Amino acid sequence: MSLSAKQKATVKDFFGKMATRSDDIGAEALSRLVAVYPQTKSYFAHWKSASPGSAPVRKHGITIMGGVYDAVGKIDDLKAGLLSLSELHAFMLRVDPVNFKLLAHCMLVCMSMVFPEEFTPQVHVAVDKFLAQLALALCEKYR
Amino acid sequence: MVEWTDSERAIINSIFSNLDYEEIGRKSLCRCLIVYPWTQRYFGAFGNLYNAETIMANPLIAAHGTKILHGLDRALKNMDDIKNTYAELSLLHSDKLHVDPDNFRLLADCLTVVIAAKMGTAFTVETQVAWQKFLSVVVSALGRQYH
Repeated sequence: MSLSAKQKATVKDFFGKMATRSDDIGAEALSRLVAVYPQTKSYFAHWKSASPGSAPVRKHGITIMGGVYDAVGKIDDLKAGLLSLSELHAFMLRVDPVNFKLLAHCMLVCMSMVFPEEFTPQVHVAVDKFLAQLALALCEKYR
Repeated sequence: MVEWTDSERAIINSIFSNLDYEEIGRKSLCRCLIVYPWTQRYFGAFGNLYNAETIMANPLIAAHGTKILHGLDRALKNMDDIKNTYAELSLLHSDKLHVDPDNFRLLADCLTVVIAAKMGTAFTVETQVAWQKFLSVVVSALGRQYH
């Protein structure tokens, strides 16, 4: 399920529109992840608080969204572009890949909330595919 | 048995009482067919599903989206026994319609995205938690009678 040229353009275009709200969306998405799927808090036991809306959660959501934006710039070769991030996730963080899908869903919900008109079904499928490709690239070094 | 807090019941009831079934039903099913095109396999008799534009203009799809959404009313009216409420519908989807139950989850995700777009900031974290809990119980009940 790789991205067509048109879908890559759609992703770049939508993320461009989203840029001014990307911090909010990133922070909200991670908050919703830990709220809707409480088992994901297991990765954040070392924080003072992993509850939705807390400072460490919001800050980390922003960090993650920054990584996603970085990946948009590398959309033509995610595997190569995300090599070191993949090593980080494989050998240090060891996040179960199922969680990438859960976070992607929360990101899509937030995008839909903030951009109800722009987040059309066509944009939705392109972004969903991109996030899935991103997750695959992150898993590259897992085994 | 699933436990519902008063707050969760209030949230779910509030969403349904303000719901435009035609609009949300149509948009959710269309989005599912576009975002997860393999789901089109169940709609061979529904006419033109050639691309996103034709899907969104298809009146049979629109009507079916509304029907599906009204199907959720049963869960709303029987929140304390969703499992048994959907036993018959589950068998229907398994034995007559032959729908892969993973599709229920895909449609539920699309419904969540459409409702989020409609409600905007009113779709709070608490709302999303309650809503997705409700949908996951429905999805589980619909898949339960498969054999």
